[in-house]
Amino acid sequence: MNPNPRLATDAVTIGYGDRVVVDALDLAVPDGRITVIVGANACGKSTLLRGMARLLRPSSGAVLLDGEAVHTRPTREVARVLGLLPQHPITPDGVTVVDLVGRGRHPHQGLLGRWSAEDERAVADALVRTGTADLADRLVDELSGGQRQRVWVAMALAQGTDLLLLDEPTTYLDVAHQVEMLDLLTDLNRRSGTTIVMVLHDLNLASRYADHLVAMKAGRIVAEGAPADVVTEHVIGEVFDLDCQVIPDPVAGSPLVVPVGRHHAPLTSAPPDRARKVVSL
Amino acid sequence: MTVTDLVRDVAVVRRARRAPRRRYALVLAGLTGLAIAAFAVNVLLGDYTYTVPDFFRILAGEEIPVASYLLMESKLPRAVLGVLVGLCFGAGGAIFQATLRNPLASPDVVGVTWGASAAAVFAVLVLGLRGTPVSLAAVLGAVAVALLIRSVGGAVGGHRLILVGVALTAALASLVQYLLSRASIWDVQVALQWLAGSLHAADWATVRALVLALLVLVPLLAVRARSLRTTQLGDDLATALGTRRRDPELLLLVAVLLVAFAVAASGPIAFVAFMAGPTARALNGGRTTIVGAALVGVVLVLAADFVGHYLIGDITVPVGVLTGAGGAPFLLWLLARGATGRNPA
Repeated sequence: MNPNPRLATDAVTIGYGDRVVVDALDLAVPDGRITVIVGANACGKSTLLRGMARLLRPSSGAVLLDGEAVHTRPTREVARVLGLLPQHPITPDGVTVVDLVGRGRHPHQGLLGRWSAEDERAVADALVRTGTADLADRLVDELSGGQRQRVWVAMALAQGTDLLLLDEPTTYLDVAHQVEMLDLLTDLNRRSGTTIVMVLHDLNLASRYADHLVAMKAGRIVAEGAPADVVTEHVIGEVFDLDCQVIPDPVAGSPLVVPVGRHHAPLTSAPPDRARKVVSL
Repeated sequence: MTVTDLVRDVAVVRRARRAPRRRYALVLAGLTGLAIAAFAVNVLLGDYTYTVPDFFRILAGEEIPVASYLLMESKLPRAVLGVLVGLCFGAGGAIFQATLRNPLASPDVVGVTWGASAAAVFAVLVLGLRGTPVSLAAVLGAVAVALLIRSVGGAVGGHRLILVGVALTAALASLVQYLLSRASIWDVQVALQWLAGSLHAADWATVRALVLALLVLVPLLAVRARSLRTTQLGDDLATALGTRRRDPELLLLVAVLLVAFAVAASGPIAFVAFMAGPTARALNGGRTTIVGAALVGVVLVLAADFVGHYLIGDITVPVGVLTGAGGAPFLLWLLARGATGRNPA
């Protein structure tokens, strides 16, 4: 791995008041790849992402962007390199698609926010790449959930950053739109080399789309690396406290997690101790 | 992407940007026309009617007995002051509502206006001040209340800010009542000017002071208001797009000063700050417009002043009483539209 990644954390600790949520965590985000952070609820994955996007200030350690602490750099300058799509962005009333996407140009515009030819090109490009050009004059409020999420991604694209962080970009989407969204982000990564870091809930989609998978528990990294190395019955058992079997995804070959649960016993190839434990429950 | 694709896609962007911008231009033109008409009515009509040529002859310096004096020393400064305070209340209120993302969060609802009034009443009744020092007290009172709300209510964006403001309004109102109940009837007359806004005492000195304040505040506003485009998307996205945390706070401070100077000039003209923003937004397809809100403020103040001055029987009703009476039904309209919901700003 590149010894000097553009985005990294150095023993970063982030918390709310006395409560430590991310605990002295070291992470090097591989450049030009897709990194996915997974973990149980409240494991600190969103907090880590928000800390990396300078929304939260670390109580110790640092988030390094191009070798400098992100919190000490001018925020506009950071916004030209590092973008973030939060989980719950607010759609202003009466805003059209093109207006919303255009707001992604904010860090590139001068004091009075004049709209330049470059802004126009960047917005057009973002609309086309997310397949939302046909919606350009529509009100965002009138769109379906899947369309709206693509518009938000278009806004992040218009920002034109080399690194893009996304907090659960597939929440509220049905499975077809989840796949569509992740395909879109993969296109972006493959074509433009944009470094992507996202938090995902769905382990199987995470395994399939991640180049680099980070599994977190209680504010620390339990395992990280290629999905095939991270997603094992042992790691998933530790991270999610879940009995499961891992089989190869018949489509992508990536690991596929099949949870066990209390009401079902594995039909085949379960390790005997696990099977007994399930039955005894 | 080929060059022809790019040309086509850029054309899509241009076309999509056009319709809302055309509507916005139309809204501003319409409101400006209304404001000019209201100004003309206030200046030319009333208890003394002027023709337009007469108006310009007097303005050019021609002396017409009585008419000249009445126009230059009463009607004109009164209408000009109405324009200026309307701008201040309208823009100030809309900035509050947009920054705090809540149509209820206007300066007259969250106590900033009351801070100015209470400080002025205190200066009149307890410190025995008159004139300019009272106006300064009003400005300081508004700023002090705003800072207090901010320090108790927490960061911009929370509902706490509004709740703290409403609680503070109640406290300030009872303080004012207490002071009034102990004061002599003469002092109460002076103090009452600070409770119901009025353009009655308008003169050129007041106009000049307010113009000076606006010359400083409007350029600040023009630069700062841009951050609204990102803060409307939520605090997280605002930061991600390079907006500093203090940008919305500085913008709010400008709004506090706009409202404070307006109160110092005319007293609190009730609910203009509250009504202007949502009215302008409703006209503009739901989109926030500070300039539009400022123009709505002008129209509201001028219209209410004319009605209160000339159209209600033999008595003169202060402009603030009329706008206050309009505030309640307006609030009901706002609630009925469901505009107080998720992201109303």
